[in-house]
Amino acid sequence: MTDFLVLAFVFLVAGVAAVPIASRLGLGSVLGYLIAGVAISPILAMLNVDVVAIQHFAEFGVVMMLFLVGLELEPKMLWQMRHRLLGLGGLQVGVTTALVMGVSMMFGLTWSVALACGLVLALSSTAIVLQTLNEKGLMKSDGGQASFSVLLFQDIAVIPMLALIPLLALPELGDVTGHAVGHEVVAEAAHGEAHHDDHGGDHGMNINLVENLPAWQAAVATIGAIAAVVVGGAFLTTPAFRFVAMANLRELFVAMALMFVIGIALLMTLVGLSPALGTFLAGVVLANSEYRHELESDIDPFRGLLLGLFFMTVGAAVNFGVLFENFGMFLGLTLGLMALKSLVLFGLARIFKLRGGDKYLFGLGLAQAGEFGFVLLSFTVANNVIPQQIADQLLLVVALSMMLTPLLFILYEKVILPRLDGGEEQEPDEIDQTGQVIIAGHGRFGGVVNRMMRSAGYETTVLDYSSVQLERLRRFGVKVFFGDATRADLLHAAGIHEARLLVVAIDERDAATEIVRHVKHEHPDLPVVARAVDRHHVYELYAAGANHIVRDTFDSAVRAGRSAYEELGVHAFDAEMLARAFVDEDRAMLSALASVYDPTVAAHENQEYLDKAKEFIDQRDDILSGNGKAFRVRTERGWTPPTKEDLDAEIEADKA
Amino acid sequence: MAKIIHYYAHPGHRYSHANKAMWDASRAVKGIEHVDLYAEYPRHNVNIDREQQRLLDHDVIVLQFPIFWYSSPSLLKEWIDLTLEHGFAYGKDGDKLAGKWLMLAVTAAGPEDAYSEGGYQHFPLRTFLTPFEQTARLSKMRFAAPFVFHDALKADPKPHAAGFVTLLEGLRDGRIDLEKLETLDCLHNVGIASVLRQSELEA
Repeated sequence: MTDFLVLAFVFLVAGVAAVPIASRLGLGSVLGYLIAGVAISPILAMLNVDVVAIQHFAEFGVVMMLFLVGLELEPKMLWQMRHRLLGLGGLQVGVTTALVMGVSMMFGLTWSVALACGLVLALSSTAIVLQTLNEKGLMKSDGGQASFSVLLFQDIAVIPMLALIPLLALPELGDVTGHAVGHEVVAEAAHGEAHHDDHGGDHGMNINLVENLPAWQAAVATIGAIAAVVVGGAFLTTPAFRFVAMANLRELFVAMALMFVIGIALLMTLVGLSPALGTFLAGVVLANSEYRHELESDIDPFRGLLLGLFFMTVGAAVNFGVLFENFGMFLGLTLGLMALKSLVLFGLARIFKLRGGDKYLFGLGLAQAGEFGFVLLSFTVANNVIPQQIADQLLLVVALSMMLTPLLFILYEKVILPRLDGGEEQEPDEIDQTGQVIIAGHGRFGGVVNRMMRSAGYETTVLDYSSVQLERLRRFGVKVFFGDATRADLLHAAGIHEARLLVVAIDERDAATEIVRHVKHEHPDLPVVARAVDRHHVYELYAAGANHIVRDTFDSAVRAGRSAYEELGVHAFDAEMLARAFVDEDRAMLSALASVYDPTVAAHENQEYLDKAKEFIDQRDDILSGNGKAFRVRTERGWTPPTKEDLDAEIEADKA
Repeated sequence: MAKIIHYYAHPGHRYSHANKAMWDASRAVKGIEHVDLYAEYPRHNVNIDREQQRLLDHDVIVLQFPIFWYSSPSLLKEWIDLTLEHGFAYGKDGDKLAGKWLMLAVTAAGPEDAYSEGGYQHFPLRTFLTPFEQTARLSKMRFAAPFVFHDALKADPKPHAAGFVTLLEGLRDGRIDLEKLETLDCLHNVGIASVLRQSELEA
C-alpha cells in the first residue's frame, strides 16, 4: 500500500510541478511531462520501480484518446477520409519502412533485422501528436486531419505487423533465449494491453479466444466482435444510460463510461484486434449519440492522467548511462531517423496537396517514432527477431525522437508559422462546428429558444439532464445531448470555449446563477442570455455578469395584461403602447434596483436598496392617486395634439 | 356598385376629434370594407398577403389619416412599403392594381390659406401629397383629388364627417364622377355636390 502511495505521489508531484511551468514557457504539456519523467527517473531507479510495466498500463490512455477522437468524428466524415487514410497512411508506413530497412542494411544488419527495424521506426506517436494537436487546436486543420489519418492507419497496421514479425525470427537468437514465445503475445503487445516481462510462461489474464480456432472461425469471431461494438454502441447505449440515470448518481455515469471503454478494449483483445481501434470504432458509432458530451467529459480526465503518466514513463525510461556513453551516435541516429521520416512526409504532403502551414505541421509533427515502437521492440526481442543489444539502442532512439517532437512543434509554431503569415498560400482554417449556440436546459423555456435558433438557421447544442425529457424530444427529432449543464467539464465538452452564445434556461435558480458566474469568469467575452425566475434572481444574475436577463414569466404576463386592456375596450394600439410603457418602467426600476443590490446582503438590510425601492413605490402611489408622472403620460405624449389655446397663440404669433 | 375599402391610420385615435368623427361615421356605411390599421397591426406586423388580397378585392382605396409632419403616420408608410411590392404594384408583372382608384382623406391642423406660398406652410397641400400621387401613378392606379379637412383641431368635425359619408356612399353607388374628381386640386366638404353626377342631382 505504501509503495503504491509513494509511487503515485512521486508521479503526481512531478506532473503537477512540471507541466504548468512548461505550459507557461510555451513548451506544451507533453514536453512538461517528459521532463518531469526525466527528473524523477533517479527516484524511480532508487525505488526499484518497473517503469516499463507502468508504461504499458499508462498506454491505456491512448485507447481512451482514440475513443474520444472517434466521438468527434461522425461516420460520414470517416468515410470521406478513406482515401487519405489508405493513401497517406499506407504510403507513409510502406515507404518509411523500406527506407529505414535500406539504411539499416547499409549499417550491416541482415535483411530480416533491418525490416523489423523499419517496421518499428515507421510508426509515429499517436499519444504525443494527438495530444499536442488537440492542445493547440490544430486537430481540425488540414494538416491535423492528414496527421490523424496516418496515425489511424498505423494503429490498424500494427496488427498485421505483429503477425509478420514472428516470421522474421533468427534461428541463432532462438538458441540464445532458449524458447520461442507463443502467439499470445500478439494480443498482449497490441496497443495498451498489460505487459508481462517474463516472456513465455503462462499468462493467466491474457486470453485470446481465437488463437486455437481454425482461420475461418477466427475471422467470424473477429467480425462478430466488431459488429457487436457497432450494433451495441448504436442500440444499447441509450437504454444503458437510462438505466444508470435512475440512480441519479454522478459517479455512476463515470463508472459506466469507463466500463464501456474497458469492455470494448477487452473484447477487442480477446479476438486479437487492437483495443485502440475498437474503442475508436465505438466512438465513431456514438458520435451522433445524445450521450456523446457526457461520455467525453467522463472519460477525458482519465485519458489526460493516463497519457501524462505515459509521457512521464517515456522520460523516465531513458537510460542516460547508455545514452551519454555514445551520445554523438544516438543523437545522430535520432536526427537521421527524424530527417528521413520528415522527408517521406513532405513528399506525401506534396502528393496529397497539403499547403502552407499544414504541410509543415504534417511533415514535422509525425517525424518521431512512437509508443507502438516500444511495443513492437519488446515483441521482436521476444520473438528473436532483433538482438537485445540492438533493441536497447533502438529503444533509446525511439524515446529520444519522442522527446524531440515537442521541440519540432515549437519550431512549427514559433518559427515557421510566423514566416508563412500573410503568404498567399495560407488558407483560412476550416471552422467546423464552431460558433454554435449552447442552450443549457431544454424544458418549456429552453425548448422555445432552441426552436427559434434552429428555425433561423443557427447551430445549437442543447444539454438537458432529464432522460425522460430526452426520450420524448428524440421522438420529435430534436437533437439534445444528455448531461448536467451545471458541470464545467460538460460545458467544455459541449464546446463552450468556441461557442458564440450561451443560453441558460434551466429551472434551478441557484444552479443557473452558478453557471453564469462560472462561465463569465472563464470566458468573459462570451455573451450569456439567462433565464431568471423572479426579481431577486435577476439581481443575482446581474451580479454574476449575465448580458441579457429574461424573467421567465414576465413577458407572457405582459401579453396577458395587454389582452386584458384590449378586452376592456382599449384600442389595440393603445394597449400595445401601454404595455410597452409598463415594460420600460418596470425595466428601469429593475436595473436601478439591480445596481444597488448586493448579493451578500439581504435585501431588507440593504439601506440603499430600500431607499430606491421606496422611491419607486412612492411613484406608483402617485399614479394611483392620479398625479405624478404616470407611465400613461409617456404614452400620451406622442400623439396629443396642441390645445386650442396653444394653437391660437401660435397663429397670432405667426400673423404678428 | 364599386367595391370600396376604407383604410384608417391614426396612432392617437383616442385624442382625435376630426378623424374619429370621420371614422365613426364611415363605419355606419354599409357595403364598404373598413380597416383600422393601428388596431389590426398594433405591433406593425403587416400581413402582406392579406393586404394585397384586400387591394385586389376592391376598386377604390380610400386612405384616411391626419397629416403628421407633411406625411402619413408611420404605420401607413410601413403598410405602403410592405404591401405595394415589386411584382405586385410595380416593376415586372407589377400591374395588379392597374385601373384602380386611390383617394386620400386627410386632415390638417393648419388653415387652408397656410398652405400657399405666402402662408406659414409655404407650399400648397397637394405638394406635400405628391409622394402618394406618384405612388398611385407607379402602381398604374388613378389618383383622385384628396378630400381635405383644414383647421382640424378647431373646426366642428360633424359636417365634414357627414360629407365624408356622402362621398363614400357616392363612390359605392357610382354616383361620384371620378373623372372629374381627378381634375380637381383638392376636394372640400362644400365641393362634394360638384362631383356628383348631373343625372343623380336631377333625380
